[in-house]
Amino acid sequence: MGLWDMFRPRAQDNSASVAKERLQILIAHERARGQDKTPHYFPEMREEILGVIRKYVDVDDDAVRFEVDHNEQYDLFELSITLPDRQDDRRAKKNT
Amino acid sequence: MANVLVVTSGKGGVGKTTTSAAISSGLAMAGKKTAVIDFDVGLRNLDLIMGVERRVVYDIVNVIQGEASLNQALIRHKEVDNLYVLPASQTKDKDALTTEGVGEILESLANEGFDYIVCDSPAGIERGAQLAMYYADEAIVVTNPEVSSVRDSDRMLGILSSKSKRAENNESPIREHLLITRYAPDRVGTGEMLSVEDMQEILAVPLLGVIPESNAVLQASNAGRPVILDKNADAGQAYADAVARLLGEEREMRFIDAKGKSFLSRLFGRS
Repeated sequence: MGLWDMFRPRAQDNSASVAKERLQILIAHERARGQDKTPHYFPEMREEILGVIRKYVDVDDDAVRFEVDHNEQYDLFELSITLPDRQDDRRAKKNT
Repeated sequence: MANVLVVTSGKGGVGKTTTSAAISSGLAMAGKKTAVIDFDVGLRNLDLIMGVERRVVYDIVNVIQGEASLNQALIRHKEVDNLYVLPASQTKDKDALTTEGVGEILESLANEGFDYIVCDSPAGIERGAQLAMYYADEAIVVTNPEVSSVRDSDRMLGILSSKSKRAENNESPIREHLLITRYAPDRVGTGEMLSVEDMQEILAVPLLGVIPESNAVLQASNAGRPVILDKNADAGQAYADAVARLLGEEREMRFIDAKGKSFLSRLFGRS
């Protein structure tokens, strides 16, 4: 330990910056959710739609994007699915 | 026009009642006719912190249910002029508080010429807490430099901006103030406590004051004498500054820097 280190706060003490970072992430997330105006049936509908898609295509959770846009007149439900690579798809078929 | 001021936090034990007692006393000492109301039905404690516990006869639920008049239930503070305490009920069910009942009490107080009505909110976000903030014009959000308190305060800020009467009627929003309590500058200095700047950055609410962690707060509650009456105590002075700011005065923040532990100050003990 150098002399200089004696005057600096120990790393283990510097937990305030960890606290701040965790809070910033959490609160941003909670605020976004608080303003969420999606209908209450949305999570269930999402699961069902995913189930139907997976009957035909093998997609990851993050390959499917559900979004609701709120306009003054209407709400727009947007669903976009990134299909797997065509090459991967062929290989998958060959293997079966 | 009476100013309805709610003291709230979400989390328990952060200093709402201590703050309600101090701020209401400070407002009264500044010449404002002030009533402070305990909304914690079932767990009243404001009476104890204000030192009027032995003079409680009627409470807010008695008034709402028509068993006592407002004037019968209001307890005049003996040491501080212009200050009145309306205790919570200790025995009645907390559902006894109604939106209409609370509204009528606040209106009567306004008609009686009260300048400030301070509502001491219970912890949590249940009925008592919602009613304490519903009619508010201003809010003091009491927050400790600690993760769960900061998170709960943020949640409370969300409720203040969406579930108050002002929000429902599309009026101008509740004026929000951040009050940081139990602040320990030396621990901030060593990086083990969130700083004033950190908390302001996260919560993004104007800062009303910073109350340092202080022995004087426990002494004050032991004695039943609001800490603001202790003019020599750091916490008392910090609350006095907060009241002055609430009334529009500009005052520099004190007690936010670590005390210099110089050779001399160590030699002579207390600063």
